[in-house]
Amino acid sequence: MIANFGFGVLFITFLVTLYSVFAAIYGDRKQIPAMVESARRAMLLTWPLLTLTASVLIYLLVNNHFEVQFVYEVTSRSMPTYLKVTAWWGGQAGSMLFWSWLMSAFASLVTLRKWDRDREFLPWVIVVACVTMAFFIGMNVFFENPFAQFFQTFDGGVAAHTLKPAESVLFTPEDGRGLNPLLRHPGMVIHPPMLYLGFVSFVIPYAFAIAALITGRIDDRWIRLTRRWTLWAWLFLSFGLVLGGRWAYDVLGWGGYWGWDPVEIAAFMPWLTGTAFLHSVMIQEKRGMLKHWNMLLVILTYDLVIFGTFLTRSGVLSSVHAFAQSAIGPLFFGFIALTLITSVALIIYRWDSLRSETQMTSLLSREALFLLNNLLFMSILVVCFWGVIFPLISELFTGQKVTVGPPFYERATAPLFASLLLLMGIAPLSAWGHSTVKTIGRAIWKPTIGAIAITAVIFATYTHNVGALIGFFLVALVILVTLYEYWRGAYSRQRSQGENVFTALWNLTGRNRRRYGGYIIHISMMLMAIGIMGIEIFQVETQGTMEVNQHMSIGGYDVVYESIAQFPGPDGREVTRAALSVYKEGKYLGELNPRIDYYYDAQQTMTIPGQRSTLRDDLYILLVDWEPVAATGATFKIFVNPLVNWLWLGSLLFLAGVVIAAWPDKEAERVAVKARARVQQQTSAAD
Amino acid sequence: MEAIYKPRFLQITNYGLLLAVLAAFAFTLITQTTVFAQGPTPTDDEVNRIAKLLYCPVCESTPLDACPTEACRQWRELIRTMLAEGKSEAEIKQYFVEHYGARVLAEPPNRLVAYLVPAVAILLGASMLLRGFQRWMKRSMTEVGLVAKEAHPIQDAYVAKMEEELKKQK
Repeated sequence: MIANFGFGVLFITFLVTLYSVFAAIYGDRKQIPAMVESARRAMLLTWPLLTLTASVLIYLLVNNHFEVQFVYEVTSRSMPTYLKVTAWWGGQAGSMLFWSWLMSAFASLVTLRKWDRDREFLPWVIVVACVTMAFFIGMNVFFENPFAQFFQTFDGGVAAHTLKPAESVLFTPEDGRGLNPLLRHPGMVIHPPMLYLGFVSFVIPYAFAIAALITGRIDDRWIRLTRRWTLWAWLFLSFGLVLGGRWAYDVLGWGGYWGWDPVEIAAFMPWLTGTAFLHSVMIQEKRGMLKHWNMLLVILTYDLVIFGTFLTRSGVLSSVHAFAQSAIGPLFFGFIALTLITSVALIIYRWDSLRSETQMTSLLSREALFLLNNLLFMSILVVCFWGVIFPLISELFTGQKVTVGPPFYERATAPLFASLLLLMGIAPLSAWGHSTVKTIGRAIWKPTIGAIAITAVIFATYTHNVGALIGFFLVALVILVTLYEYWRGAYSRQRSQGENVFTALWNLTGRNRRRYGGYIIHISMMLMAIGIMGIEIFQVETQGTMEVNQHMSIGGYDVVYESIAQFPGPDGREVTRAALSVYKEGKYLGELNPRIDYYYDAQQTMTIPGQRSTLRDDLYILLVDWEPVAATGATFKIFVNPLVNWLWLGSLLFLAGVVIAAWPDKEAERVAVKARARVQQQTSAAD
Repeated sequence: MEAIYKPRFLQITNYGLLLAVLAAFAFTLITQTTVFAQGPTPTDDEVNRIAKLLYCPVCESTPLDACPTEACRQWRELIRTMLAEGKSEAEIKQYFVEHYGARVLAEPPNRLVAYLVPAVAILLGASMLLRGFQRWMKRSMTEVGLVAKEAHPIQDAYVAKMEEELKKQK
């Protein structure tokens, strides 16, 4: 009954989104503002409706309504309540509903703002947002209904249906299958929402781009309106990716954070186009160039978001057959094709009005270097996309299943990433419009000498690995160039405004948030690069079986196996936990407890590492195997992951950088209005 | 595991040789049982070095050295047996490919196609960009007036002020 109510509300929401699309188009074509307003209100209604639908689903999840197929698949009686709530996005049907819910929240936020100056955009933003929502809600209504229930027919067969079939009774299993243990981790609780927030918020700039194309108002207004949305979208997506990496590091038990898995790459691809877009919109804002390209980038990002949402949940990439068997696969691809073709057709339609206002005048100008940056991001995208679809192509044409694993991606993208680092070092020193080797050379020689000195120290004290030395040189160069830029700005303020260093730095960043926020993001990327190089180049590992009081040595650490214990844990699992003492140069550092959790409901194990983290390295121990009866011998895999903590530190600085760059400025108009009001006040006081 | 150094003078007499063997045996026995972790031959590290290059034939996107399933544990033991039999890395990989298909390899066997397509696409993109640059530059050079206007950097008012300030100090 409650499930039927949930489905009913979902179906009504679907109709409301369709109404909103048609009312917006009709209102705009016939110039009836009341119709557009009606469309806007209909769209605003979707969020409360979807919230109600989600509440019903959460009620069913929390209260063990296993007669509902989705509840049966993702929860079990032994799961704690908070996990039952987050199981909402633990399966395909629920996560699609979650997507729509977030999308409607964002679309509502956008349409709540004042539209005085941009009234012509409104109907088309509504159309794009509601078409996207209608697609996802439609998927839920017709193919992946989270409220489908089990019914048993009289011949004993049990199947899930939306509506009760004739001559059948509701069937309620005793217990559910339980959430995939891998998803029962705090990282997995927040990682998908963060990623989805990034996904849905990228729909907003796309909606504005399409509105601009349809209305023909293709100056940079749509970019200015969505600049902050894009930055927030980028922040959420980036953080979603980092959290996913952290989750993999803590839960998957293979000593790394990124395995170039197709699902990871699916979330990484919109990030690549989004990052390229963030850079290239600046060229349009400053120079009125690359209008076609920016449109194309935002369209690509939108479609990669849809593609990513689909891949991260459906697992269709495993095989062509899985794709063909999945009902939603062809529909998703149909939707992607439709939006891509329509959007590109709109660009072609507006081709002439999107021509650049100025010309490129120097190969070393900021805009030329930004274009190069775009080329590199797109190249990485090409590698990723090819790697993801290659197994499907191979199976389709040769019948041979193949794997495209990390060696391919690492080999193909390493030079591209290195070039990006170099570019990050040069570009901040180039000027818009015109730069020469001389002007850049003058600015870069000091940071270059500094970077060479740092690399020499690293060579003398840490490593002779050529790849690593090149990487560290580039990282040092980017950090020094960025700090040099900061210093120049602060020094200038100190002299001209008489400020002390801290005030000068504060004001410098405050007055130019986008520029200096961007620089902080660059530095944060370098910290991440240090972490990535550390684990990729210097990771060492060993595996061995120890008996109690035996020890293993690796990377300067000495690990002694003390004991092992088996006990029932919460959440219906059996925990096998080992205790190991860690020493370095004879000094006791503490105890680590790698463990294996066995989940009875899902009949699955999880390998949770014991970790000791420092800025220098992580000691990461996995319990691989043990003797259950005698409990004397146990096999451990031990990793030393140098510098990996810089990756997580960098991501925190990244957060700060994006917040600074996206922090709202006082809008010029608002300042002017305030100033006018002040003048009026003063005049009336004088009267 | 330990390398045993045999001093030359002990090689002279049988007594010395016997003594050396016994001492080495005793030393190995003591160190192996009380201090160091036990290592089967071939060691786990040797097995993992090969397992890392292979993908689990059953699970999705999981390297064989990291896969926790029982099936993969048995496959790792198979690698150990094959290593003990003196099989090379290539032979072991070949065995897995023959039995479970090319998907067990971390990279497609036809590497040329795998790398060629993105390389061509990237080069195509780069050449398009280069041609675009050339066209832009040519056009901007021919448009009289524009050259003069563009010869100087265009800057934010704020940055311009900063540059001026820095120049003054020099």
